[in-house]
Amino acid sequence: MTDIAESMDPGVAAAIDDETRPRGIYPPTEEMLNEPVDPDLQKAQEARLRAVWAEPPGWRYWSAVNNSEVGAWYSLTAFAFMLCAGVLALLMRVQLAVPENDFLPADTFNQFFTMHGSAMMFLFAVPMFEAISILLLPAFLGARDMPFPRLSAYGYWAFLIGGIFVLSSILFGVAPNSGWFMYPPLATEAEGPGSDIWLLGLSFIEVASIAAAVELIVGVVKCRPPGMRINLMPLYAWYVLVVGGMILFAFPPLIAGDFLFEMQRSFDWPFFDPERGGDPMLWQHLFWIFGHPEVYIIFLPSIAIAAMVIPTAARRPIVGYNWIVLSAVGTGFLSFGLWVHHMFTTGLPSLSLGFFSAASEAVVIPTGIQLFAFVATLIVGRVRMIQPMLWIAGAVAIFTAGGLTGIMVALAPFDWQVHDTYFIVAHLHYTLFGGMIFPIIGGVYYFYPFFAKKKMSDRLGRISFWLTFTGFNICFLPMHLTGLKGMPRRVFTYPGDIGWDWLNLISTVGAFVTAAGILVFAWDLLRPKRDQDLTERNPWGGGTLEWAHDVPDPGWGVRGVPYITSRYPLWDQPNFLERLDTGRFYIPDAPEGLRETVVTSAVDAVPQHVARITGPAWCTIWAAVFTGGAFIFPTFHMYPPAIICGILAVAAVIYWLWTSTALVPEAPMKDAGLGLTLPTYVSGPRAPGWWGVFITMLGDSTAFASLVFGVFFYWTARPDFPPEGAVHASPLWTALAAALLFGSWAATRAARGINRGGNPRTAQILLIAAPLLAIAGGTALVLAVWVPGLAPSSHVYPAMMWALVVWTCAHVAAGVVMQGYCLAGTIFGKLTPRYDADLWNTTLFWHFLVVSCLITAAMIGILPRML
Amino acid sequence: MTLPVRAIAALVSLALLGGCDGVQSVLSPGGRDAQVIATLFWWMLGGAVILWLLMNGLLVYVTRIDQRAMSQRTAEALIIGGGIVFPTVVLAGLLAFALSEMPRQRDPGTGLTVRVTGESWWWRVEYLKDGATAAVVSANEIRLPAHQRSEITLNAHRVIHSFWIPALGGKTDMIPGRETRMSLEPTRAGEFRGQCTEFCGESHALMAFGAVVMEPEAFDAWLAKEAEPAAPPEGEAARRGQAIFNAEGCGACHAIRGTAATGRVGPDLTHLGGRVSLAAGILPMTEDALIRWIRDPEAVKPGARMPAYDHLGDGDLAALAAYLEGLT
Repeated sequence: MTDIAESMDPGVAAAIDDETRPRGIYPPTEEMLNEPVDPDLQKAQEARLRAVWAEPPGWRYWSAVNNSEVGAWYSLTAFAFMLCAGVLALLMRVQLAVPENDFLPADTFNQFFTMHGSAMMFLFAVPMFEAISILLLPAFLGARDMPFPRLSAYGYWAFLIGGIFVLSSILFGVAPNSGWFMYPPLATEAEGPGSDIWLLGLSFIEVASIAAAVELIVGVVKCRPPGMRINLMPLYAWYVLVVGGMILFAFPPLIAGDFLFEMQRSFDWPFFDPERGGDPMLWQHLFWIFGHPEVYIIFLPSIAIAAMVIPTAARRPIVGYNWIVLSAVGTGFLSFGLWVHHMFTTGLPSLSLGFFSAASEAVVIPTGIQLFAFVATLIVGRVRMIQPMLWIAGAVAIFTAGGLTGIMVALAPFDWQVHDTYFIVAHLHYTLFGGMIFPIIGGVYYFYPFFAKKKMSDRLGRISFWLTFTGFNICFLPMHLTGLKGMPRRVFTYPGDIGWDWLNLISTVGAFVTAAGILVFAWDLLRPKRDQDLTERNPWGGGTLEWAHDVPDPGWGVRGVPYITSRYPLWDQPNFLERLDTGRFYIPDAPEGLRETVVTSAVDAVPQHVARITGPAWCTIWAAVFTGGAFIFPTFHMYPPAIICGILAVAAVIYWLWTSTALVPEAPMKDAGLGLTLPTYVSGPRAPGWWGVFITMLGDSTAFASLVFGVFFYWTARPDFPPEGAVHASPLWTALAAALLFGSWAATRAARGINRGGNPRTAQILLIAAPLLAIAGGTALVLAVWVPGLAPSSHVYPAMMWALVVWTCAHVAAGVVMQGYCLAGTIFGKLTPRYDADLWNTTLFWHFLVVSCLITAAMIGILPRML
Repeated sequence: MTLPVRAIAALVSLALLGGCDGVQSVLSPGGRDAQVIATLFWWMLGGAVILWLLMNGLLVYVTRIDQRAMSQRTAEALIIGGGIVFPTVVLAGLLAFALSEMPRQRDPGTGLTVRVTGESWWWRVEYLKDGATAAVVSANEIRLPAHQRSEITLNAHRVIHSFWIPALGGKTDMIPGRETRMSLEPTRAGEFRGQCTEFCGESHALMAFGAVVMEPEAFDAWLAKEAEPAAPPEGEAARRGQAIFNAEGCGACHAIRGTAATGRVGPDLTHLGGRVSLAAGILPMTEDALIRWIRDPEAVKPGARMPAYDHLGDGDLAALAAYLEGLT
């Protein structure tokens, strides 16, 4: 028995305010865990928990924010979008069934393949991972819910609105038609709103994706149950961490690219126009810096599902846990160094091609380790062929074929022959179907008893599997040959006399067989199961926490937050289910009528805090609707309504934060059970909110870094950057802007310290000064490029300088709102010397902001004069 | 190779490449680079099939045939051997071979440079022999001498395209504002087909070209002829055709060297009739095809920039076609 304070790092412990230090005993002893609970108390606790976690009744159901509801809506919506994108694929296969067909006109076909790719990537693959993770992660981690349920709900509604907007454009014949990779100048010059729908609609969804990634990362880092040290996490959580991190660093370059692209479309800033110093290659780099990690963002979560199913099938713990974790992290890192293999034919120097060829082959090694670890687990275990394993085995069969052709195309000279042909179409579908669709469907069969407390049909599952598996191979195996016989991708028609006709016909037949398989699965998933018996609690005999779920679902997520000492607590920890069911673990009760979960330290999972979690709300839907308006109206060049929507979205978000986050609690500490007393309010790095801001800002800084990369790209790639005799930004205004913004940061930082020191009056004065300095600084930054007359549409150099200024000023505006929010908090008693989380988070935002302000100042004020 | 093996190989290649299939195929090479890559592919395919069978055979064996537990040592040896040692060795070998091939395939060669510019949706082609002062302008067809390496420099107007003759070698993108380079070394005379492989808009699918490889002497003779101005029209219909060509203002976009037509917007037509195909590899070079194209280009190639001449009567169109077909 040890005092919890002793098990913490003394440096950190000393820094923690005495008042908010966890008190009591940790870890719990066996006797404490065996102590019986009075049955009446148990009943009362269960009733209270049920009431707190109940879904809102009737039409108010849609205001729910629980991970189980949002996760279910999210995954079903992503599945629906996938079916739509699949229908587009079938229509394209009909057009290509015979040569010189006129079933679809050229432009319609071009819209279809653009939308098929875009929807599968942005509306299905990435959101599906996030949806399933939102649904499953809390159960894997013995948490009641995700750390920011309202953020999940906001992300879902944004995804729904954006997805319907982008996808419905196909019904009006105005969908983007330049390919899912949107290469300029084709896409910048495309007529009609198609390109804008792609840029703005998908940027909106990317923002939602990043929001979900932030939440998932915080969930894994801070919401693990006590005792679940980082090396005890289920492998799925490791993959969430890796993939979340990849989304965080891969999407922002694309968002930066979208920003430049839309500036060119709307205001004629010539970033990609070679006649005015621009370069279409910058987009290709930014797109593929996103696009290649994207492939692994799609693939790794499915490996994660396999990593959960395989130990259950093998009836033993996974072999090579450490190998798998290292490989997953290694794949994540390597995937950022491969993007040029999508650009092998763009005439880059042989040295670059050699480097990227080698890097692309290197990724085989971590991928191979993960696959062999699964096979090894099956070798060592006594395998029981449960139905989901069929899908996993099918996935391995298809994915290894895709991996082997991947080894071929990673060799640059071979790629020169097959790049942009049907060989690549076959290769990528083998990797994505094998690496995503099959494991996901296997995962749905495996986890369905957990989601729905009923089982899906084994028989329909087998029918669906064999239809999908054979159909897939009939469709895509011949495409390798079609490609080698010279058929390029993205062609709406082809001549009949060069040997592609019967291969295409076979592929079309296969596509329809695949579709039949997917339909059988969809029917099995969605068919009413009202008359069916409830499932047993742990139907596959799994060892991880999600199978400790309650049947039927009482809504509370988990009865109590357990104490964990094993990777497979259901197999290894004695009396685990009994202890869980009788409420002998942490926070078994909800006496205050609030939704709560336990927050622990990042590495060792020592309990730190009982976090109050947000409940049902409409403001998240309003926030999503208005954010949608702010992105969608500019598509049609309707700027005033867009600005109004933007302001309303900010207002909705402020209302949501003000009414539900960092609220002053009724008591500073509460009894968390098992002899442990935890704080109900923490600020700084112990609070999930602080981590949320930190992680968001890492992503945001990546987008800014991509713009800076753009400046250096033009400088190295173009001789006329900056052009001779170019007008430069005013050094005086730039210096003034830097000084004022630095001052605003310093005032914010000082306000935090002074407020904590018990001097809220002085802090208030600083919080009045800080936004004023920031507004003045932002204005000075605009004047620095305005006064000397940098004309952004004349050349890419002034355009790039303006882009940096616009980006930075938008962030300064956000910083001002946050400073104002804190000021209001001090006035209305929401922010006090004791309860100051908002000020910590604002300061953290400004740490990042001041760095980007100073870099912007250097980039516009100093750098061009040195070049 | 024994007789049965040879017979099977012949049957397989017949099944794969029946008819006039070979014209655009990576697997029936007519150039050195394509030959190397095709051989590399067959080797890699063999290896891939073996590895696939081993991996999936193992999976079937442990899940279906022998479900007893094996030792942890075997399992860990599998992770290290199969996941690290084996791929490192194989991939290092593959990379060493493939990367050493790169400088060879990019060698600029000697003697001839062909400058190709991607347009929507056709190809502007200029031949520049070593020591020549002016380029020979043509369009929508590439001719190359066999047995020597020729350089191809690539540009694009407006949007990105990609230049590819599968039977001769790999492709390279054509990017506005940049010049990219590649080279090809054909090994046999013959007619091949090339096609644009970077999506370039509405009629991307209809942007192809004939690629003709000739023996060096024949090539030199052809190039000398291609450099000459157009021969005057022969016959009544062709002469009327030229008059219609001039009256309709075709010369504003098209050039026919030796006449008043000097336009640079569309393809050069000086020796149009001598080409193997029309409209960038889409139609055969026949009078009927010419009439069909001139009457309504949009119907053949959606989004084509050339306006329709459907106000001309059948007789006028036939005369025009006769004139153009005679430009050999």
